[in-house]
Amino acid sequence: MKKIFKKSPLLLDPVTHYCPGCGHGIVHRLVCEVIEELNITEKVLAIAPVGCAVLAYDYWDFDTTEAAHGRPLAVATGIKRMRPDLIVFTYQGDGDLAAIGTAETVHAANRGEDLTCIFVNNGVYGMTGGQMAPTTLLGQRTTTCKSGRDKKRDGYPLKISEMLAVLDGVCYIERTAVNKPKNVILTKKAIKRAFVNQIEGKGFSMVEIISQCPTYWALTPEEAVDKIENEIIKETPLGVIKDV
Amino acid sequence: MIRIKIDTEKCKGCGLCIKYCPKGLIVESKKLNKRGVYPAEFVRGKDECTGCKSCAIMCPEAAIEIIDDEKSNDKK
Ligand code: SF4
Ligand code: SF4
Ligand code: SF4
Repeated sequence: MKKIFKKSPLLLDPVTHYCPGCGHGIVHRLVCEVIEELNITEKVLAIAPVGCAVLAYDYWDFDTTEAAHGRPLAVATGIKRMRPDLIVFTYQGDGDLAAIGTAETVHAANRGEDLTCIFVNNGVYGMTGGQMAPTTLLGQRTTTCKSGRDKKRDGYPLKISEMLAVLDGVCYIERTAVNKPKNVILTKKAIKRAFVNQIEGKGFSMVEIISQCPTYWALTPEEAVDKIENEIIKETPLGVIKDV
Repeated sequence: MIRIKIDTEKCKGCGLCIKYCPKGLIVESKKLNKRGVYPAEFVRGKDECTGCKSCAIMCPEAAIEIIDDEKSNDKK
């Protein structure tokens, strides 16, 4: 008997608090697999966000700390500068990275901090009740824009990956998704790349992962992954945005 | 023969493994688990499990293991 697939030992056993079908669980597993494969478990330090992933440290068997809302990249900067021997990464949602933490995000990227940023984008504030986020797409309905985001009233979705890509300190940005097996495989490849860049001292790397939030998209998990395929990635195409 | 093992107490019944199994070998169980979820269940079908891993790759709970009964575990 041979196990051809089993959970990474770095992913701890408790049942997560995430809703059924939520993309966070998939990304958590991918991060663990990459850290295991790169053999950096003892050197890695994660910074969890505020948002649905606030309890990430309960699920990972490597060093993890927590930052105030929006500040993981500022905390990561301090840690990495004091301990350049560590592999430091942030795990952030769109509310954390692209709303309250936009300043910290932009400046860490612009300084070219040698960090890895895992940015899980579901276009909505999950933890606080499904309100509109800066990344909510035009026409997308949330609890604070019930008829859909309107460009006149609410402005346009913030294209944070494209914004960061123009900064000289940024070496790598890729947008991926976790809505189907092929995209999950590509997401893992991108995460690995973002870690290898840091090991090689190349500068700031970010992977934006389009992730399903069935609960606040008011869809079943199946419908939510189809929405990514048929709607979201038409607006925000997947692929490498910057690679130098 | 390749088969999958689902941790039914971890399963949240999201149905993503059911959706993405190309052979249709996963269904919703008729029996509730302890947390009140109808978990996924591996069934025999016309075709056999190919070990393609689609189900395990999509499972947000990492509740699926894939086992090859014919190969031995000596390598890993
Ligand atoms: S609210 Fe959305 S993002 Fe948060 S755990 Fe539930 S499905 Fe996931
Ligand atoms: S490994 Fe592939 S064929 Fe086997 S149950 Fe999973 S998805 Fe279906
Ligand atoms: S993907 Fe995982 S959690 Fe979802 S139904 Fe299948 S086994 Fe259960």
